[in-house]
Amino acid sequence: MPVTIEIPTAFRRFTDGTPKIDCSAATIADALNDLTTRFPALSRHVRDEQGQIRQFLNVYLNEEDIRFLGGEGCTLKEGDRVLLVPSIAGGCV
Amino acid sequence: MSETYQLGCRECGKTWENAPRSFCEDCFSPLEVIYDYDSLKKTVRRENLVGRDFNMWRYAEMLPLSEDFVAPNAVGGTPLVAARKLAAHWGIENLYVKNDAVCFPSLSFKDRVVSTALVAARRFGFTTVGCSSTGNLANAVAAQAAQRGFDACVFIPADLEPAKVLNTAVYGARIVRINGNYDHVNRLCAQIADKFAWGLVNVNLRPYYSEGSKTQGYEIAEQLGWRLPDNVVVPMAGGSLIGKIAKAFKELVILGWVEPKPVKFFGAQATGCSPISDGVKRDLARFEPQKPNTIARSLAIGNPADGPFAMKLIRESGGWAEDISDPEIVDAIKLLAQTEGIFTETAGGVTAGVTQKLIQQGRISPQETTVVSITGNGLKTTDAIASEYPLTEAIAPRLDAFEAYLESQFAVAAAAK
Repeated sequence: MPVTIEIPTAFRRFTDGTPKIDCSAATIADALNDLTTRFPALSRHVRDEQGQIRQFLNVYLNEEDIRFLGGEGCTLKEGDRVLLVPSIAGGCV
Repeated sequence: MSETYQLGCRECGKTWENAPRSFCEDCFSPLEVIYDYDSLKKTVRRENLVGRDFNMWRYAEMLPLSEDFVAPNAVGGTPLVAARKLAAHWGIENLYVKNDAVCFPSLSFKDRVVSTALVAARRFGFTTVGCSSTGNLANAVAAQAAQRGFDACVFIPADLEPAKVLNTAVYGARIVRINGNYDHVNRLCAQIADKFAWGLVNVNLRPYYSEGSKTQGYEIAEQLGWRLPDNVVVPMAGGSLIGKIAKAFKELVILGWVEPKPVKFFGAQATGCSPISDGVKRDLARFEPQKPNTIARSLAIGNPADGPFAMKLIRESGGWAEDISDPEIVDAIKLLAQTEGIFTETAGGVTAGVTQKLIQQGRISPQETTVVSITGNGLKTTDAIASEYPLTEAIAPRLDAFEAYLESQFAVAAAAK
């Protein structure tokens, strides 16, 4: 079970309170698919009608936003952490 | 709703009453405070303002406050400067600078947002407040938390300007320096708000916080004699302020306090961190996040959560977004200081420099009324321009020494010609 997906509190009402899951996904896309297969009620909260990751949901691989890593096709290795974090605007103007 | 305001989702429209939450748990989009304007229209009149002090609390009815609200210290009420010299320099006629470089108590527009956030923090029972910050917000949280009796804990990127760190520490706030950029700090704070019962002003109190920005818009309209400008140029980091000024103008029209008119919104960024202006200029559906690299650290947010809304507003209003280089930022800081006597921080240099660029591009016409939003004070980012002004040689306290000095200066000036 090489990869851990951490689930924010707001999503846990769709995961029966589960805060994280382990999976053996090869890419971020696979990991998200694993997550939403296990918790189907999450699907529409993770992806929009066009199938894109929702605009205000940020996905991180360890410390990095996946958009800097080539998007959801980026590959995972054993021990990686995938974080889902709501996009919260900054401290500035 | 029993109160005149509550939280609503900006995307799906679902309402969430009043609570310390910042995003819709259905679609993860940001929440904002929505008002019962029909009720407000019946009770809130422009005449009510007569006799009230000129600060942000004069617009209390249009902010998310409680009925028994008592205004704390004066915040906002900053000058709208008719910038005639700068206008002449740029070849335009009606230019105004909204000068939040002198906003009280901590010399940036962030005092406005913290003011409304701390009212919400009290309401929701928080005793500790905090924020993720590029500096100005930390200053504002620390100062107002001290005055209003909260414990403060602020999170900042480790490489922040020393003046901004000092200006937070002095108020007794706990400062947590994070090895990372602002976007890393922001992500951490989202996780902290998820776990700790703290009032993080720009995280779980964000909808209430950002409403404070509207007061800059109300003041601009009032100071123009209750009319709206043709153009507003606003710095963009998270991309919130530009939308809140638009919201303020819209509300004034709804309340019948100003005549409706189209206002073009222009966004300003530093080229070294310009996801929103890049998105506007390349007509992207979604902006692309960037790794910030600019002296304008208070604008250095590479993943602006209000970016999509800012892009939409700019496009729909007929405005534009632009960005300028770090040397251009320094030039613009100097220009604003040397024409209008206003010393702004790097973010203000961005706004002034972008305004110049927009005028040169013909996007701002000479006869139109243009307001430039200056959001912070130059004393906070002296590092950015210190090298421009090396210390001169000291002279003896004697008249002959001064005369020799003058002679040498004339010689230097003549040689330069």
